[in-house]
Amino acid sequence: MGKLLQIQNNERLNRADIPHLEFDVFRQELVDFVENGGQIVQFFAYEDQGAMKLLAVMRNDKLFVAGCDGPDHFDSLTAESEKFHMFEREIGEQYGLKAEGHPWLKMVRYHENYTGKKDVFDNDYTQDIPGNYPYFQVEGETVHEVAVGPVHAGIIEPGHFRFQCCGERVFHLEIQLGYQHRGVEKLLQTVPFKRLPIIAETIAGDTTIGHSLCQSQAIESLADLKVDEGASIVRTIALELERIANHIGDLGALSLDVAFNPPAAYFGRIRGEYLNLSQVLCGSRFGRGLVRPGGVTHVMQEEQRQLIREKLAELTPEVIHVSDLIFTAPSVLGRFDNAGTVSHENGEKIGLVGYAGRACGLPYDARVTFPTECYGDLPANTNEKTDGDVCSRATVRREEIMHSTALINTLLDRSAEAASYIPEEIKLAADSFVVSLNEGWRGEVSHCILTDDKGEILRYKVKDPSFHNWTGLALSLRDQGISEFPLCNKSFNLSYCGFDI
Amino acid sequence: MLKVIKNRLEQGHRTTKYPKAQIELYKRFRGLPKIDTKCADGLVQRCAAACPQDAIDTKTKQIDLGRCVFCGLCETLSEGQFVKFSQNFELGTSSRDDLFTHGDLPALAEHSQKHFKKLFGRSLQLRQISAGGCNACEADINVLNTPFFDLQRFGIQFVASPRHADGIHVTGPISENMRQATLTTWEAVPGPKVVIASGACAISGGPFHGSPEIVGDLNSLIPVDLYIPGCPPHPLTTLHALLNFFK
Repeated sequence: MGKLLQIQNNERLNRADIPHLEFDVFRQELVDFVENGGQIVQFFAYEDQGAMKLLAVMRNDKLFVAGCDGPDHFDSLTAESEKFHMFEREIGEQYGLKAEGHPWLKMVRYHENYTGKKDVFDNDYTQDIPGNYPYFQVEGETVHEVAVGPVHAGIIEPGHFRFQCCGERVFHLEIQLGYQHRGVEKLLQTVPFKRLPIIAETIAGDTTIGHSLCQSQAIESLADLKVDEGASIVRTIALELERIANHIGDLGALSLDVAFNPPAAYFGRIRGEYLNLSQVLCGSRFGRGLVRPGGVTHVMQEEQRQLIREKLAELTPEVIHVSDLIFTAPSVLGRFDNAGTVSHENGEKIGLVGYAGRACGLPYDARVTFPTECYGDLPANTNEKTDGDVCSRATVRREEIMHSTALINTLLDRSAEAASYIPEEIKLAADSFVVSLNEGWRGEVSHCILTDDKGEILRYKVKDPSFHNWTGLALSLRDQGISEFPLCNKSFNLSYCGFDI
Repeated sequence: MLKVIKNRLEQGHRTTKYPKAQIELYKRFRGLPKIDTKCADGLVQRCAAACPQDAIDTKTKQIDLGRCVFCGLCETLSEGQFVKFSQNFELGTSSRDDLFTHGDLPALAEHSQKHFKKLFGRSLQLRQISAGGCNACEADINVLNTPFFDLQRFGIQFVASPRHADGIHVTGPISENMRQATLTTWEAVPGPKVVIASGACAISGGPFHGSPEIVGDLNSLIPVDLYIPGCPPHPLTTLHALLNFFK
């Protein structure tokens, strides 16, 4: 180790300063790094003046970057560590670079690669999904397969779930996504600059603030824009409101999935109250149109501050009471406890992030390790229950709701007011690199931008936390009854569109 | 048990009286835009050039609500002189053309097909299809089932099977990878059936317009009966559209 360059979150670098290694050295560096407990933030391919390149951003308690030439065929890193498995599949799909020896080299989102190279998976893209790809199969006399989706029974995004079962018992679950693929990264690299914030807000609609923060911070770094304290306060509050609303909605839904209806009804409504607070802040329940490179479009004045403060004071006791109702009901705990466990060891192996990671004892929180906006001087959260089961994931969310509420109350007492937002012409630095990380409600959201010699976007890479965590859901189902699926699924509540981009 | 009762008392009755009583949304909410057609051409052109969705026509000075994501930039740039977003959330239309507007949408109730009201006025079962939706549209549909809106009191339900449905409600720009599933679901609904395009994506491709990975316009795939604009549509926008179109 030691050939990777240490960088800061949102630090602009000249691309020439990024260590460009021989592939074998690059590979060994990354393998050593993850063996020592490191994780992958970004690992992707891009095309630069006709040549293929690979780039990796890694983290332990610091951030590192390195790159290399992208060979058409290379020795799979997944063969050494599971952490690379989805990244290598994505590299194969997007740029036609094949990871040889990958144990399950299969398409991720089902689309043609960007380079015109031979398709790594031998898919025929004139065919609608499902294409020419296998599912992992278990064989045996009593083994049967259950296929669900893409269209599911509820109001929910599409995805395909393939269970290998023995009776009610699940041996293995394979999750095949891609149905939501909208070509986000390609759009971000080609459309007029003015469209970027709108696309960032809709990468994953429930993580509007998380993704738009990453984009705005990355652009601010490349264009050398400063954000005032008032705007940072609004951004931080918006991110925490997003977190609370989603956690509350999920706790209600978890309760519904174990047939305990009252908390589901209460939390269903209360979630809406928090969305309405985002509407007070910026006119949209999902924080649309708020975060823009350079600041925020809406100033938080005393009126909004007071409305949010009063509503939080009214809602917090209700949230405490309804949470108590859920977490003291024996019928709920009987279902939550020991359901869908992902061990600490497995969580580390696949690089779980966010509450799913924290629930199995991986304390990583980008707000603490790589703080942006106001997080540098705000207190961190700690989690009491880290058994890796549904109950732990639910408990972590319960704890985070209270923590986020405290953060918002702290920030509301700060009087700095954002300057009015005036849209201006933005010019990005040429031949530069930036990576941005924020702790969205599901976990680490990251955007990475490379610019060319004219300051145009050469490569825009988006990573939603779900990119790591879907594998966690698959693992949580092992050796569970198939009827535990809704419960496990809701305890993760991962993004389909954030993964499919 | 005591806790259940205590919580029940604390929560009380929360269902809105809408549509009998009106709901005022907070002043920052951006609903139906009001356009001043007398606004200077230069300012209109500036707004149109800056509009991330290219939803402003400089000649007619109309906004395409099927494309607009209600980001509010045109209002900011023109300081309200060209566009001012009102808090009126009643945005549903039965025709795509009506969405090109100066801020005066036709009353939806009068433009809905009478046989739909006769057929579905007392009971409407919809199958929701998320076809590339970002989960904001989906989330604000789900909200209609919470006690505040309590959609089922109007005889409207989202059902699990297309076989049980009277129509489909589609969100998202119809990703190419969902094209077949969308068609198959629609075909599985027994006729007569309705098709609802909800959100800027399903109407025009929304933020993703121009991407080769999407169909971008539900109407090009299946004829649409009801358009519900927004990004995402406010739950009240959807509720208003469903009630006026079908009841």
